[in-house]
Amino acid sequence: MTAASLAPIRIALVGAPNCGKSTLFNGLTGGRAKVANYPGATVETRHGRFTTPGGCSVDLIDLPGFYGMAPRSLDERLALETVLGKLDTAPELILALVDAANLRTHLQSILQLRAIGAPMIVVLNMFDLATRDGLEIDIEKLERELGLPVVTANATRKAGREALLAKLDDALAHKEIAAPPQGPFPAPEEIRAHQSEARRIAGAAIAYEPPFNRATRAIDRIVLHPVAGPFILAALLFFMFQMVYTWSAGPVDMLDAGAASLGDFAAAHLPAGWLHNLIVDGVIAGVGSVVVFLPQILILFTFILLLEASGYMARAAFLMDELMYRFGLNGRAFIPLLSSFACAIPGIMASRVIENDRDRLTTILIAPLMTCSARLPVYALIIGAFIPEESVGPFNLQGLVLFALYIAGVISAVSIAFIFKRTIAKARSQPLILELPTYKLPNAKDFFISLWMRASAFLKRAGTVILATSVILWFLAAYPASATTLKESFAGRIGGLIEPLLAPIGFNLEIAIALVPGMAAREVAVGALGTVYAIHGGPENAQGLSETLQSAWSLPTALAFLAWYVFAPQCFATLATIRRETGSWKWAGFALGYLFTLAYLGAGLTYWISRAAGL
Amino acid sequence: MQLSQMKKGAVGRVTGISAADPLIEAKLREIGFAENDAVELAHTGPLAKTPLCVRLNRTLIALRADEAQAIEVELD
Repeated sequence: MTAASLAPIRIALVGAPNCGKSTLFNGLTGGRAKVANYPGATVETRHGRFTTPGGCSVDLIDLPGFYGMAPRSLDERLALETVLGKLDTAPELILALVDAANLRTHLQSILQLRAIGAPMIVVLNMFDLATRDGLEIDIEKLERELGLPVVTANATRKAGREALLAKLDDALAHKEIAAPPQGPFPAPEEIRAHQSEARRIAGAAIAYEPPFNRATRAIDRIVLHPVAGPFILAALLFFMFQMVYTWSAGPVDMLDAGAASLGDFAAAHLPAGWLHNLIVDGVIAGVGSVVVFLPQILILFTFILLLEASGYMARAAFLMDELMYRFGLNGRAFIPLLSSFACAIPGIMASRVIENDRDRLTTILIAPLMTCSARLPVYALIIGAFIPEESVGPFNLQGLVLFALYIAGVISAVSIAFIFKRTIAKARSQPLILELPTYKLPNAKDFFISLWMRASAFLKRAGTVILATSVILWFLAAYPASATTLKESFAGRIGGLIEPLLAPIGFNLEIAIALVPGMAAREVAVGALGTVYAIHGGPENAQGLSETLQSAWSLPTALAFLAWYVFAPQCFATLATIRRETGSWKWAGFALGYLFTLAYLGAGLTYWISRAAGL
Repeated sequence: MQLSQMKKGAVGRVTGISAADPLIEAKLREIGFAENDAVELAHTGPLAKTPLCVRLNRTLIALRADEAQAIEVELD
């Protein structure tokens, strides 16, 4: 056996959006995926390894969904270029997924792939759902007409993947894997020919086709209603943000108490000295204050993932399109922007679904204004310390303030989009052509895998960026050893340099110091405040950070700090993503500049107005 | 008539697809619009009755009134 035959076989998963690609990917690979970046290209694909029952090692590539060879969004272009081997060696085999219920439409892209000579197996996915609805397809006839191997699958169940694996082993054993596909793309005029051929084949193979899904029809009558629809969307979003606050209260308190007792334990068992201080004041205070917000991040992502998987998200794009269009955006921008509520980075990357470059640029530039989960630790800390826990009618005042901060972000984002569209991003808006998928119950395995990916990314940041900045900040705040007050420490000297700039907007020296490492990531500021006040708080050391802040800050300062965080672009990763996705530092620099200007003005106005109001 | 002129709830048949931009036509065909297919204008957006939501075979497609002008239909 040669070394070459031991190398895993590269297989790409392609198909239209919503045909169950990710479910099949997770099912085959067990969800163990690595996200790969091709050098020099802004493509990011999920790779996973598995071994077929026949013993073949496979490198499976999950590609963005596309309907055919007339791709216009960046996402679709990247998927096609991968298939054609323009980015890396071409995949040796393609698993072309088709939603069995939509054979007629999805067959078109199969014919286009066949025309360029791509070696493939056609997978009729979600076959169980389609047959339960009454669909009857003659597989043998389809196979004959297409001249390609066809297999049915039900990606969610192990048994539903067995036939596919057998077919795969069969194809690999018989070396049906051909040379990499040769272009050229079919010209747009050829699409018409492929379309009528697809319909002829589908017509021959489909024995019976049931009418459109009745449940989806019934739900849409309410959810897409011109009056009830927007109301339901607003209520869902409001509920989501209320729950982020109320459901997380218990777990957050538990984690908080855990971090505190870990700190006490370490304090009691470590000999006094610099190591004691580093562990207790630096690492546990810094990292602990961020990790406690994991429950809120999990709740927010839970909502977003469920809305996405159930098929509601595309409906939201439909409901929002005209409104967003008037503000210079596109309904498709709703999904990237909503994802940005969790984190701007996947949001900015999701903007690849937007076909028009200028629409996409506007979306990328305003994505950081959506309140991402990294702001939650900051908001939660300040709200918890300064906003009384009262009921306003049926609502919780703290939840209402949180909601108001989210709304402030949204209102500034649409205003900025409105201005950009008429100045720097002038162009005709792109069309909207969007499939609204049939409603589905989200798949538990897919859900937990996605949730785990988000949670582990957050914890990884807490364990790396935040750990490192906490340690550095602790050092800067604790040394030189001769320093007896915060002002004399290294951190105090750096903070002292920027404090005069921040004093007019109500920020004190401690805030100035916390903002220095807080440039790396927003939530670092919470850990940084924890570190700053733990070191120089004197007797306040024993109190929680929020009680310390209550005595150290005035209400106008706290409100100004909240307003600052609505805008401040304090996230290196986001700026790096903007650079990568726009291909230049120019736009990353622009985002940095305009967001800091807004942050300064926003915090300043809040401070001055709330002082004038006598708060 | 054009798809964009249909009334909500109306059912018709596609008689032709042609747009000034050939890529729009390609897009419409790839997502499933084809001559002789039945279409129903199932929903319209909450503002100014756009975008349109069309039931096409076994799928629902949302598109703006501008794009819907590219689709000729004949009412049943």
